[in-house]
Amino acid sequence: MNIAVIDTGSANTRSVETALRRVGLEPTAVDDPGDVLAADRVLLPGVGAFGAAMDQLRRQELLEPLRERLRAGWPTLAVCIGLQLLARTSEEENGIEGVGVLDAAVGRFESSVRVPHMGWNRVHAPATAQWITTGYAYFANSYRVPGTSKDALETDGWSVATCDYAGDFVAAVSREGVMACQFHPELSGRWGLDLLSAWIERTKETV
Amino acid sequence: MLTLRIIPCLDVRDGRVVKGVKFQNLRDAGDPADQAAAYEGQDADEICILDVSATIEGRENQNPTIRAVRRNVSIPITAGGGVREVADARQLLQSGADKVSVNSAAVARPELLSDLAARFGVQCVVLAIDASREEDGHWVVRTHSGTSKAPLDAVEWAAKGAELGAGEILLTSWDRDGTREGYDLDLLRAVRGAVNVPIIASGGADSAKHMAEAVEAGADAVLAASIFHDGDTTVSSVKEELAALGVEVRR
Repeated sequence: MNIAVIDTGSANTRSVETALRRVGLEPTAVDDPGDVLAADRVLLPGVGAFGAAMDQLRRQELLEPLRERLRAGWPTLAVCIGLQLLARTSEEENGIEGVGVLDAAVGRFESSVRVPHMGWNRVHAPATAQWITTGYAYFANSYRVPGTSKDALETDGWSVATCDYAGDFVAAVSREGVMACQFHPELSGRWGLDLLSAWIERTKETV
Repeated sequence: MLTLRIIPCLDVRDGRVVKGVKFQNLRDAGDPADQAAAYEGQDADEICILDVSATIEGRENQNPTIRAVRRNVSIPITAGGGVREVADARQLLQSGADKVSVNSAAVARPELLSDLAARFGVQCVVLAIDASREEDGHWVVRTHSGTSKAPLDAVEWAAKGAELGAGEILLTSWDRDGTREGYDLDLLRAVRGAVNVPIIASGGADSAKHMAEAVEAGADAVLAASIFHDGDTTVSSVKEELAALGVEVRR
C-alpha cells in the first residue's frame, strides 16, 4: 500500500515515513498535481511555517487537488502544521489564506503558558468516536485551532478530539477518509501507531 | 496539561554509548539503538542523543546512529553534538531526528539559532547550555564539552537564545553532571525567571525526588543518564515514584 507524501519544503518527514512503514504503508514523495489527486492515500506532513508551506503548495499547484481530495473525503492524513494549513487563516502569517476546509482561524497559545507547547498531553476522544481513543500524544506547537471552533467544525461534519492547554484546543479532526492531527502520531509511541493503523484499516475500502 | 517528560540521554562516541563524569573517563555503555528501544519500552518520553566523538572520523557515525535509533523508536529524538551550521542540522533531521541541539557553535555565532528557527521552526531548535557557578554566584557558559569558559552569563544567554529562536533550553549544570547530587535548582530558578520556553533540567539526577524538585524549580522535562545506564533504576519505576509524589507523568 502506498501513501504519497507532499513535500512542503522544510518538513522533516523521516520520522513520519518511518512510522508509516511500521504500520504497513510505503511512502513515496509526490509533487505532481495529478498524482496528488489520483493517489490512494496522501500525507500532508509535519514541520515548518504556515506562510512558507502555503506558498509551496500554491507554487507547485497542489492546492486545488488537495482541496478536492479533502472535500471528497478521500484518504488524506495531515500532521501538525498540516492540520493548521487546512484552516482559513493563521495568526502566524496574517493575510495568507489556508486551504480552508476547516472553518477555523489558527491562533497562538496565550503567553500565560510556556510556548511552544512541547511534550505529552492528553487527547480527549469525542464520546462516540470510532477513529480515536483518549490517550497521551506528543505535541510540539506554538499555534493551534482554539476550542471555540469546535461547534462550527462539528456542524460541517467533522468529529473533533480536544486537548487542554490554557483552555481547550483542537487536537485532531476526522471526516470520512480525512484525518488531521495537531500532535505527531508518529512520535506518540504505541498509541500513535495504533491511531495510524486504525486510519489505514477504515480507509481500506475507499482506496 | 503537559506531563513531565523523562528523557534518557545517550552520549555517543564513535557510534557507541559512553558515560563518564564531567565528560571525562568515558566508558562503554552499549549500543544506542538497542538502548533507545529499551528506554521506549520503559515509557521514556523522548530520547536525547549527543555525539561526543573526539575525532571527525568518530563523528561520521552520527547520522547512521540516528537512522538506527529512528528505526527502533516511535518517540521524539533530539540529536546534538558538533552541529555547526544549518546543513548539519538538516542532515540530522533527515536521518530521523525531530529536534536538533546546538551548543558551542551558537555561542560562537548566535545567528545560527535564528537561521535554524527560520528553516525548521523554533520547535526543532534546542539550545544546550553547560553552565558552571562562579564564586560570585553567577553561572558562566562552558563550551567545547566543558573545556572552555565563554565570557557569557548563562541566564542572559538563555534569554538571548530563546529570543533568537531556540524553542527549548537544555540546561546542564557542569558542577553537578555525573555527581548524582541533584539538579542545580538555583540555576533552574534563575533561567526559569528569564525565559518562557520549555526547560530541560540536566546534570546531577539520582532519584525521582530530585526530578520532582526540578519541576518545582521550573523544569518542564528532566534528562538523566547515569541512573538509567547503570541499571540502578528504570524510567517506569522513576515515573511510578514521581506519580506518588504528585507529579503528572505519562504511564
